[in-house]
Amino acid sequence: MAATATSPAGAGTEPASDLRDTWSPEVPGSRTAAVGGNGSRGRGVGLGGLGMGLASLWLSLIVLLPLAALFFSSLGGGPAAFWAAITNRAALGALQVTLLVSVVVTLVNAVFGVLIAWVLVRDDFVGKAVVNALIDLPFALPTIVTSIVLLSLYGPASPIHLQLNATRPALVIALLFVTLPFVVRAVQPVLLELDREVEEAAASLGASSPTAFRRIILPTLAPAVLSGAGLAFTRAIGEYGSVVLFGGGIRHKTEVASQYIQKQIEADSPRDAAAVSVALLVIAFVVLATLRFVAARTGDSEQ
Amino acid sequence: MSTSTRARISLRTLALAYLLLVVLIPISMIAYRTFEPGFGAFWASITTPAAISALQLTVLILAIVVPLNAVFGVALALALVRGHFPGKRWVHAVIDLPFALSPVVVGVSLVLLWGAHGWFGGLDSMGIHVIYALPGMVLATIFVTLPFVTREVEPVLREIGSEQEQAAATLGASAGQTFRKITLPAIRWGLTYGVVLTVARALGEFGAVSVVSLGFAGQTQTLTLLVNTRYSADHNISGAYAAATLLMLVALAVLALLTVVDRKRRTL
Repeated sequence: MAATATSPAGAGTEPASDLRDTWSPEVPGSRTAAVGGNGSRGRGVGLGGLGMGLASLWLSLIVLLPLAALFFSSLGGGPAAFWAAITNRAALGALQVTLLVSVVVTLVNAVFGVLIAWVLVRDDFVGKAVVNALIDLPFALPTIVTSIVLLSLYGPASPIHLQLNATRPALVIALLFVTLPFVVRAVQPVLLELDREVEEAAASLGASSPTAFRRIILPTLAPAVLSGAGLAFTRAIGEYGSVVLFGGGIRHKTEVASQYIQKQIEADSPRDAAAVSVALLVIAFVVLATLRFVAARTGDSEQ
Repeated sequence: MSTSTRARISLRTLALAYLLLVVLIPISMIAYRTFEPGFGAFWASITTPAAISALQLTVLILAIVVPLNAVFGVALALALVRGHFPGKRWVHAVIDLPFALSPVVVGVSLVLLWGAHGWFGGLDSMGIHVIYALPGMVLATIFVTLPFVTREVEPVLREIGSEQEQAAATLGASAGQTFRKITLPAIRWGLTYGVVLTVARALGEFGAVSVVSLGFAGQTQTLTLLVNTRYSADHNISGAYAAATLLMLVALAVLALLTVVDRKRRTL
């Protein structure tokens, strides 16, 4: 993954693992560059025609056919029914709660993700390796466990007398937990590679630290921050396990889209579930595509 | 210099305080509340018949999913790196797709394909139950863990190139021999890393599985479904804490294992 490609030897803070739950936060373009890298026609071990056929059959059966069924079912009642399914009060309410909370979580992640990455790369203190490993814990932890973990602290009978379950702050807390690694792991390799000389030159020319950060470091980090934030956002809008118990699923208040979808399946209205699923997918793709576009633009203007 | 030192310390404090608040305090709290009644209570809670059969089902699903995803994951990586075929970019996109989907959406799409009223609903009326049964849970787990092996093996394959394999082939090795003697040793740590990620995710999958399973104790209840049922249906809070802590300990072990494997593959 991206982290593997950018790991200076001896740096104690390289992203140790990529237990990322979603697209790797590679800077746009890096994958296509890699694809071109092995352009020779010389073959090593490849797949024969049969292997290739089996692999594509596998991919179709596991991923493509279910998704095709999802799209067709969502439109099974016609466009009007689809529109009604995603714009009825309950569905719209769930989508609104999801988007609101996810935007808040993404913004907090953008700020604190950069901060944590900065501290992990540029600072040095006892136990830094442990802190670095801790960042990946939310990826390794089953999401339903996250719900229980947070309930043990903020649930009924909270030991710190702070009961937050079934509130919107609870949704934010749960999503901050599960999305912690995205921005950190996206920014870390870029910071490791960032040329310190440029910063030092800026400092010697009299730029104060905040100015150097804003004018020099931030623009360089921007594509990575955007891609990490995009991943955090996609993860947040689809998240289910960590919010299902802790969030409470109160309609119009804490019911998120994935919970609404799940309830539609339970209520035996799969078409409504499919419609909101498709809406969620479209939102994810539009946001990811937009962020990739913006990241590519800022990346270009840097050079 | 003193201002920059002060700035550094305050940034460090802020970052560590955030991590403490968001991650460390919550996970310490569940460990504390789980073991507060004593280790015996924890042990009793994770060895009830329901817990043991949930563990068995989870292990069974792992035993089916992990080998399948390892084999097909390597095959797909080979196809992407060594193959030349139209639509390669699309295959890339499709492999990444499971990561961009909500697990609940994965479950719903499986219901719509394999369920009694889905496209393959004929199977159900023939008595082959996929949804609300083991096959559905396996399909859901394969779906959400599909990308891990491919994405860890692919960059290694790209890096090693195909010279050694071509040399072996020139010297008369069969494709199978070349794969076993040359390719497999080269990708083994990448493959191991991908397999550990697959295990971790398969073990912890909840959203997709919860849609395609009714979570009956002793039948279709995995460990994650057990945690959910204990908390929300049985109101067995300490039991939910115990099962959650068990899964958390596994996650910590996975994290440690990943660090070791990662160090191995970097030094090679």
